[in-house]
Order: sequence, then structure tokens, then C-alpha cells
Amino acid sequence: MRVLPRLAGYAFRHRWYLIGAYVTMTLSSLSAMVIPRMLGDAIDEALASGLQSKLLILAGVIMAFSVLRGIFSYGQRYLSEALSQRAAFDLRNDFFNKLQKLSFGFHDQQQTGNLMSKATADVEAVRMFVSMGLIRGLSVFIMVALIGTVMFLTNWRLAIVSMAFVPIVMWRAIMMSTTLRPTWMKVQAETGHLTTVLQENLAGIRVVKAFGAREFEVEKFERKAGLVADLTYKATRLFASQGSLMTFIFTAATGAILWAGGREVIAGRLSTGEMASFIMYMGLLGMPVRMSGWMVNTFSRASSAGQRIFEVLDAESPVQERPDANPLPWVAGHVKFSDVSVSYDSAETAVRGIEFEAEPGQMIAFLGGPGSGKSTLAHVIPRFYDVSAGSITIDGTDVREVTLPSLRKNVGIVLQDVFVFAATIQDNIAYGLDEVETEDVIRAAKIAQLHEYIDGLPDGYDTWVGERGITLSGGQRQRLSIARTILLDPPILILDGSTSSVDMGTEHRIQEALREVIKGRTTFVIAHRLSTVKSADLVLVLEGGEIVERGTHQDLYDRGGFYRKIYDLQLRPQEKGAVTVRGDA
Amino acid sequence: MNGGFGGGWMRGGGGRGMGGRMGIDEEQEEGGQLYDHQVVVRLMAYMRPHSKRLLATIAAMFVYTGTIVVMPYMVKLIIDDYIHAGNLTGLNWVVPIFIGVALVQYGSQYVNQRTMAFVGQRVLYKLRMDMFTHLQRLSMSFYDRNEVGRVMSRVQNDVQQLQEFLSIVLVTLGDVLSISGIIVAMLLLNFKLGLITLSVIPLLFMMLMMWQGYARRSFMRVRKAIAVVNSGLQENISGVRVVQSLNREDANVKSFGRANAEHLGANLEATKFTAALFPAVEVLSALGLAMVIFFGGSMALQATIEVGLLVAFALYIQRFFEPVMNLTMQFGSLQRAMVSGARIFEILDVEPDVVEMEGATPLHQVEGEVRFEGVGFHYKVGEPVLRDVNIHVTAGTTVALVGPSGAGKTTIVSLMMRLYDVAEGRITVDGHDIRDVDLDSLAKQISLVPQEPYLFSGTISENIRYNRTEATDEEVESASRAVGAHDFISGLSGGYDCPLQERGSNLSVGQRQLISFARALLAHPRVLLLDEATANIDTYTERLIQRALDELLSDRTAVVIAPRLSTVRNAASILVVDDGHIAERGSHDELMALDGLYARLYSYATDGVNEDGDVVFGEQPKVADPTSNGNVADGTWLVTMESPRGTREGTLELAVQGSALTGIWSGPQGAQEFYGGSIEGTDLSWRVEMEGHMSKMSLNFSGSVEDDAITGSVEFGSRGSGSFTAKRVESGVADE
Repeated sequence: MRVLPRLAGYAFRHRWYLIGAYVTMTLSSLSAMVIPRMLGDAIDEALASGLQSKLLILAGVIMAFSVLRGIFSYGQRYLSEALSQRAAFDLRNDFFNKLQKLSFGFHDQQQTGNLMSKATADVEAVRMFVSMGLIRGLSVFIMVALIGTVMFLTNWRLAIVSMAFVPIVMWRAIMMSTTLRPTWMKVQAETGHLTTVLQENLAGIRVVKAFGAREFEVEKFERKAGLVADLTYKATRLFASQGSLMTFIFTAATGAILWAGGREVIAGRLSTGEMASFIMYMGLLGMPVRMSGWMVNTFSRASSAGQRIFEVLDAESPVQERPDANPLPWVAGHVKFSDVSVSYDSAETAVRGIEFEAEPGQMIAFLGGPGSGKSTLAHVIPRFYDVSAGSITIDGTDVREVTLPSLRKNVGIVLQDVFVFAATIQDNIAYGLDEVETEDVIRAAKIAQLHEYIDGLPDGYDTWVGERGITLSGGQRQRLSIARTILLDPPILILDGSTSSVDMGTEHRIQEALREVIKGRTTFVIAHRLSTVKSADLVLVLEGGEIVERGTHQDLYDRGGFYRKIYDLQLRPQEKGAVTVRGDA
Repeated sequence: MNGGFGGGWMRGGGGRGMGGRMGIDEEQEEGGQLYDHQVVVRLMAYMRPHSKRLLATIAAMFVYTGTIVVMPYMVKLIIDDYIHAGNLTGLNWVVPIFIGVALVQYGSQYVNQRTMAFVGQRVLYKLRMDMFTHLQRLSMSFYDRNEVGRVMSRVQNDVQQLQEFLSIVLVTLGDVLSISGIIVAMLLLNFKLGLITLSVIPLLFMMLMMWQGYARRSFMRVRKAIAVVNSGLQENISGVRVVQSLNREDANVKSFGRANAEHLGANLEATKFTAALFPAVEVLSALGLAMVIFFGGSMALQATIEVGLLVAFALYIQRFFEPVMNLTMQFGSLQRAMVSGARIFEILDVEPDVVEMEGATPLHQVEGEVRFEGVGFHYKVGEPVLRDVNIHVTAGTTVALVGPSGAGKTTIVSLMMRLYDVAEGRITVDGHDIRDVDLDSLAKQISLVPQEPYLFSGTISENIRYNRTEATDEEVESASRAVGAHDFISGLSGGYDCPLQERGSNLSVGQRQLISFARALLAHPRVLLLDEATANIDTYTERLIQRALDELLSDRTAVVIAPRLSTVRNAASILVVDDGHIAERGSHDELMALDGLYARLYSYATDGVNEDGDVVFGEQPKVADPTSNGNVADGTWLVTMESPRGTREGTLELAVQGSALTGIWSGPQGAQEFYGGSIEGTDLSWRVEMEGHMSKMSLNFSGSVEDDAITGSVEFGSRGSGSFTAKRVESGVADE
């Protein structure tokens, strides 16, 4: 579906507002037509040495119609604004809902800033299109048509002279906004770059200072700031020259009316009042005609903004719930991978031919270098991604056959990046649960070794964290994440790395917490350190997306293969000869 | 200045880390003054260099206003004196004059706007540069107190707000000129009719005041609602993985729906006001016109005035209300701009804590001898962070700082770079007090590898070069080779010219840290500071980085805050920092022998954390099949130890080769091969080296075998000693 009609569809959802806006707009334009006419009549009346009472009536009519125009114009402005706000509201909701549903595969490709700008700037562009483009755009044509008609009915010769200026100004206005747009877009892009330089500089101020790079940074900033200043000036200059030119054309139109109209008056084909009303009509036309360029602009802006928004709205989540999906009941935790392959895009396969089984309560460690596929294996269990071949079953049920929420209730994950939401600590721990007793939250925090810290805060569990609240340290965030998992109590648990830097005391506490958490759960660990691996029931050594070795630590060590090699390469140098490994002695 | 600000920018705001509500106040833009003398005076200073252009702008503005006032009068003249007089030839030459005036208007408007834009952009540019340069001079303490986001908003949003301000001020000036000109013209043309027409002005201003009052409140609501919607979006976009893994989609959709609905409601309320302004002003302008028609028309009937005057008045009214409405619209912007101006100058007024001494000399190539002499430091008065710290690092050696978090390690490193100034004592490099030397030259001698590798947008080679822009490609490559980064860089598409995404997110943490190392190496510092540089890195990469580290540390003075043991070992000396002072110093062995904090830290580490400082999940597996040559000690033993910390159990697998004893000890901390074992008859002894986060601990066992039992004593490193008994559970099996 084409972008603009589809955007207009958002406005048609509130068609009464739209119809109301068009009706009031037409009525207010009609009322506005009366006023210059009355002025003209008054002048002719005064010239004809008529009655004062007639003037009173004319003044009264002007007041009456201008009050009417005021009411209708208010209605039009309110309705079109309300309509545009409602359309933006719908669009924003749709956008948000879609984002929540799109799987990791989609979000991996996106940058937060980019999505944010779609949700804010692009939605705003669409809103402007609805209020300015769809509604006011039409009012320009209505005004031109009405005034043109009245003028032609009054004196067609003068009407031609007057109206000749309208297309010229409109053309200039459209030209101006089309030439200005790329320049403004450049200004915006460069301002964005300037912001990046600033942001990076401030966030990395320690590095900047450490490297004595003050001058270097100032130069970098200066270049961008200079560019922004130059471009903005260029755009404003263009705007100034075109804007003044349009004013001039309109003033010249008044001159033309005076000249041609004057001749008509002298020739007796036109009354002075009628000529005056022409001048006043041109005044009425000035604003809408000059704005027509801007209105045209809203169309092209909305068309590209809408396209960017629809890219998201139309994105198909690779992970789909089947229509006949049943909820997965509380499982024992038997997880089986049968010949599993995963590819994020068709070109590259992340893992292939993965085959293993985890009995309830067992601990499985994935070991391998960056890009070996260990995270992929962890992420396909709760279906953050889908397998491209093979299957994963939990207690014998394929994960693709069950509803997503029920699956994810069964599979808890302690993610590498612990995300803290702007909320109280209690709400952060209870995140993902509807009704939670405070005692349960405290119990979870105790097990996660976080209670002591929270208890020491002035507001305790009601302390606000995240944006505008206190900042939690890496270790505290991890324990928060552990507390979340404890509260959810899933039979299957995934520990996605815990390499954040924490001091020994904290690491000790995290370890204590984790030891508590994994009890009685099927646990998958993405292992960064070999020692983790030693406690696993099954170690899967991954390389290039394939399992190259499997077994317990001892099995693998004895086998003397790849595992032994990395063991020797990494653990032993760390021990630096402190330990004599049997067999080397 | 505006009352609400201030406090946060003062010195001693404290609040590093926790409770960080210090610093810049929350945005509070409402209720600002319309005119802030100090702000205006200081802004004027920025305009002064452009005074000629400003004069030109203002002159052009006067000309422009003149044409606005003159043209309706000309219309009157044309109607009354030429058209009504039937003066066709006069009309033929008066209209070109009219057009000529219009051309003057065109020119003056263009010159006015163009010059205004030029001056405005130059002023903003200067303001931005001043702020940025000033921010570079500000000390770390400022950044500790103020979040990046808020500082950003001052440089970007507040300056942007001022951009509007500058044009508004001039446009407002133009508006005021036009309004006065029109009023004067009306009164001059016909005093009585002028007065009658202008009688709508008080009405207009009353209405505008009322409008301001109502509208402002609803605008505030809109701004708040926007902030809530945007933070909801931001949070749910960046936290989408957590949201999905915790099944929160539906709840979040609902709560976003609420925020979005409030946003809609606020906007609809505001629309009630914004939509009213224009129509209301139009009605008033029509009232003016109606009065002109009635009163002016009556005058024309009595022939006191000519009809052309009616047209002129109608045109004046048409032109009168536009600037009035502009002024109303700009009222709020002007207020916000004053607040923004106040905020900008507030930043510019913050004095850096660390200032270069007058006549500071540049520090030339140093050997790298660093001394701390009785250094004391505090971030907040009354809360000392360091007390009487004395450190001597001989040129070319490595010193490791260890200690609990919050002990002051990072502070020591920061002081060395002079990110802060010491409160007591002094720090010298090659005997120069670092407060006496040029800041940039000091920075050239000292390099930092921070815990989080920090990359800038740009290519990889730009990041490695950083401010050593003169470095050749060869130098960049050899630095990368030296730290082991060359291989992965050349594997990237574009190699060294590969552009980095935001913060280098297209690279792994380890790769980023390697680039950070290469940058440090290319800077050729004499003193290198590593602030937990390997903390965030997995074992694979750490292995790579270890090589880089060796390269970096060789022949340099280095101060290393070490997250793990391996780096500490290389250190010539280890300083144990505790609660702001150096508690212990010496080599690992000396410190262990000292049996103080270091030993305690170490045992803490080995107690909870296994041998390579990692988290242990679950129970330790049994280690399979010991070997044996049939000696009395061969086999698997179940050991019960009485340690100072209670009873412990473990398995022991022993294998004897001649008089050497080897084996594996599987205790609560994991399985550990041991060494240094010996056996003489039935007496045996062995040592288990446990490696922790920080250092090793040794368990020294000694005992004697009697059939299927061993009894003896065990020393737990620095923690004391205990006894143990072992029961044989399995006899030895054959060795290969």
C-alpha cells in the first residue's frame, strides 16, 4: 500500500473529526469572504453620501461574520489539531506494540537512537501532514477558489490582474521549500554529528583528559560547529531572500490593483469600494498562499517519515507464535536439542548440527570463543531466535508449538546486560510479575545477597533506580537480575555470562547467590572461565558453530583434544607453574 | 540569575556514584523572567564584535518599518488624489513609485533578515565553542557531580533555545517598531479615528494576558507528558530483551498506552488554547475594522475625511495584528530563552578545580619516576578518601594497587593524571610537582587504559591515533601488532579504515580493549596507568591481552589496578590500599608473610571464589581415577579437616612416584592439583596452592599413613592451622 494513502487511513479512523474540520474550514472561509466586501460597500456608501444607519448595519454584519468566522476557525483549528494528535497517538501505540513483539533478530539490526527518532520525529512529521497537509492544504485551494470567484464576479479584468500573482507566489513558495528542505536536512544531520562529538567527548572525558587531547577535541568540535553555523546561515539566507521576494510580489499585486483598478474606477467600470475590497482580498490570500510551500513540504516529509515507520510496522517477526499454540505447563526441565541449526541471516549459519540432552536439574556449560555460537544456543531455548533446522523440545514438547509467554515463564535468563528500569527497586525485582508480595521480593533479594544493601538505603525497597534515580553498580545490577529470576522461579535457567567487573567481595556474593539459584533447575551456563566448566554435568565445547567436544571436565581433559589445549593455554598460564599437572611431572 | 539553579554547580557537591542527585537541577523552565538583566548584558558582549552588522540590521529594520507605515498611506494618496481626481497620468507615475517603495521594502527586509541570521549564527557558534572549550577545562569533579545528559542538554538545547532568542529579540524589536509606527501613523493621519481604532488595544492585551495564564499551564502538562512518553519508549527499546525474557510485553503495552493517552489528553487540552488565539485576535481585528467603517464612514459622510483613509486604516489594522500576535507567541520563548541563557552562563561560570599554574612549564621527556609524598585527598570536605599516601615508583617498574573496592585505588590513579588536585602533600614526576607543569604536557607523558575501553566514532586508525594525528600508518600498524590487535583489524572489511559503530559496538569488548591498548602504546607514554583494564574480558581475550600487557609494561613506569592475580605477579611491588591509605606494601611473598590485610583479602578470595577467581556453580564434580604405583599412600582418600573456620571434607587422590607425591585435592573450593609433595616411609607432606582473585594461599599438609588412614596437621596459609584425618575409600589404580 502506498505510504500517503495509508497515513491518511490513520486520519480516516477518526472521520468525524476530519469531516468536522473540513466543514468548519469551509464555513470559516465563507464567512471571511464577507468582510472585505462589507468594507467595499461601506466605502461606496460613504462616497454616495448615504445613511449612517447603513454604515452601522455594515459594521454589524462585519462583526457578526467575523464572530462566525472566529467560531468556525476555532472549530477547524481544534478539530484538525485533535485529529492529528489522535492519529499520532494511534501510530505511536502501534509502533510501540510492534516493537514489543518483534524478536531479538529484529532488534539486533536496529539502533536505539534510530528507533527513537522514528517514534518521535517521524511520528511528528506524520502529525504535521495530517493537520497541515490534509486539512489546511485544502483550505488554501478553497480560499483561492472562493476569492477568485468573487473577484471574477465583481470585475473579471481586475480579477485576472490580481489572481495572476497567486500562482507566481505559490510556485516560489513551493520552490523555496523544496530547495530549503535538503539544506535543513543537512543542518539536522550535521547537528546530529555535533551532538555525537559532544556526547562522546563528555562521556569519555576521562580519556580525553588522560590523553591531553583537549585541543584535538576542541578542533574536532570547532569543525562541526562551524559547519552547522555555515549551513544554518545558508538556509536562513535562502529563506530570507525567498520570503522577502514573496512579500514583494504581493505588494506589487497591490500596486497592480491600484493601477489597473484605478483605471477601471476612472473608466466607471468599478467602484472605489470594490477596488478596496480587492486589496483586502489579496491581504486575506497572503498567508495561506505563502504557506502553501510548507504544506506541500509536509507531504514529502510525511512520505519519507511514513515509510520509515511502516518499515517497523510491517516487519515480520521471525519468531511467530502458532495460531494453535498451547500454553506450556510447568515443566520438569528436560531439554533436548535435535540436530539444531540456527542462522541469523540466510548467508551465515551461527550454529549447526547441535545435538544434546539435559536432564532435569542438570547443569550444561557452553564453552567457546567469541562467535562460537554459545550465546545462540542459549537464546534459542526461550525462542528469542528460532532454529532454522532441527528442533528443541522441553519435556518432549517442541518449543515452537507452545505459546511464547508460557515458554518464557518456564525459562529464566540472567542476561549479560542487566537492564534496570526507571522504577523502584521493588518494582525492578518484581519486573514481569503482576502481583507480588513484598515479603517475596525481600526473600528473593536476600537470596540474591542484595537485601543488606537495599535495606541500608533511606527509602529501602521504594528507592528509585535507573534514570533520575540512584545508579546501581555492576555487581548490584547482576544481583538484581538474579533476584528477578529467583522470584520468577523458572524450572529452566540460563546464565548468560557474568563477566562484569566486580570486586572480589561482590563476586563472592554473586557466586553465593547463584549457587542458591541454580538448585533444582536445569541450568545452561555460557562459560567464560574454565573453572565454571568444571562443575557442569556436561560441557559442550563449541567452535565455529559446532560442538567439537563434549563431556565432563575430566573426560575432556583426559581426551587431550581441543579442550585440553585451551585449558593448557589459559588456565595453566594463570596458575603460572604453581601447579604441576600430573602427567607433566 | 534564576533562583532555582546554582547550588548544584558549587564546589563540593559530593555524590560520586550513589545518591547522585547533585549537580544540575531538574529542568525547570516555567516561571522564568521575561527579562534577565545579567543574561542580556552578557549576551550583548557576544554581539559586540558584530556591532557594525547589528547596526546595519537595525537600520534595515527601520527602513523596513518605514515602508510598512508608508505604504497604506500611499494607497490612501493614490485613491484620494489620483483615482478620485481621475488623474490617469498621475496614476501612471505614482504606481511605479509605489512599486519602488515595495522594492525598498524587499531589499531592507532581505538585508535585515540575512544580517540577523549571520550575526545570530556567529554568536551561537561562539557560545558553543566557549562552552565546549570551557567544559574541556573543567575538572573531573564537575563531571562526577553532573550527568553527561544534563550537560549535553545545556550545550545543545539551551544554545538552540538561544538561537530562537536572538532572532526573537530582533524580530520582536521589529514588531515593536511596526506597532509603534502604525500607531503613530494612525494618530497622525486622523487623531480621532486613530484613538477610536486603538481602543481595541487594551482589550487585546487583556485577552492575551488571560490566554498566557491558561495556556502556560497546559503547555507544561504537554511537556511533562512528552517526557514520560519518550522515556517509556527509550526504556522499552533499549530494554526490549529483558522485557521479552520476562514476559512483560502486555503490561508494558498497557502502561505505554496510559502514558500515550495522557500525552494525547494534555495535547488536546493545550489545543483548546492554541486554537483559540488566532480566531480571537481575528475577531478583535474585525472589531477594529467595524469601528473604522462606522466612525470613519460617518466622518467620510460628513466629508471630514476622504475614503482613501478608510482603506489605509483597514490596511493598518490588517498589519497591526500580525506583530501583536507574534509578540504573544514569542512571550513563552523569550522566557525560556532567558532561562536557557542563565543556564549557559551558569556553566561558563563554573571554575575548574584543577587549574594550570601561571607560567607552568611544559614537562619534557621524563624517566618516569613517580612519587606521592604525604598525599591526602577528599571529594567532599570532611570525608577524606586518601590520607598520608606515600608511594615511590622507580622509573620503568610496575606497581600494583590492590584492595577492596572503595579503598581509593582509582583515586590514586586519577590524582596521578591530575584529574583532581591533592588536598595535602604533593605528587611528583621526575621530581617535578605535577601542579607546576603544563597540563597537556603532563598528559603526554602519562597514558591511561580505562576499565571500559572508550572508542570514538570514526575509523579504527583514527581511534588508535587519537590526538597523535601526526602518527604514520606504519606506526599505527606496529602499535597494533605489538598489542596483538593487527590480526583482527586486518580481518575486518576495510581494515584500519573500518568505521566503528556507536562506541565500537561492532567489535567485541576484548577487541575494543586491544584498540585502547594500541592507542595507549602509540601515545608513547613514560607512565602507563591501567585501571582494571582486563576486568571485563573473557579468558580467551585476556590471553591475547596478556601479551599486549607485557609489551605495554616493558620499560615503562606502570601503575596497575589489577582485577586478577596474573598482573599483580609481574609487579615489582604491590601496594595494598585500604580505607584511603597504603596499609601494606611489598612483594607477594612478603605480604603473605606479613599475614595482614593482603593475606586476609587473599583468603577471602580463595574462600568463596575458586582458583582462577571465577564463580563456581554448584557442587564440584569428583575427579576420576587417581593413579598409583602401589605405594602405601596411593589411592583415594576421604579427608576430614578441622580448620579455623570449621570442619571441612574433601577427597584426596594421591599418587607416589619414588619419594615424590602428586595428586588432586577436591575440596569445597574445587579440585586442585597439588605439588611439592614428598613421602618418606609413612610420613608424607604436600602443599596445595589455591589461587584466588588476588593471590595464592597454600594449604600445607603433613601426616603419616597407617593402613587405610592418614592423620596429621594442615596449615591454612595465614589463617592458622588445624588437623585432618583421611580414610582410604579406594586403593590406587595403575598409572600409565
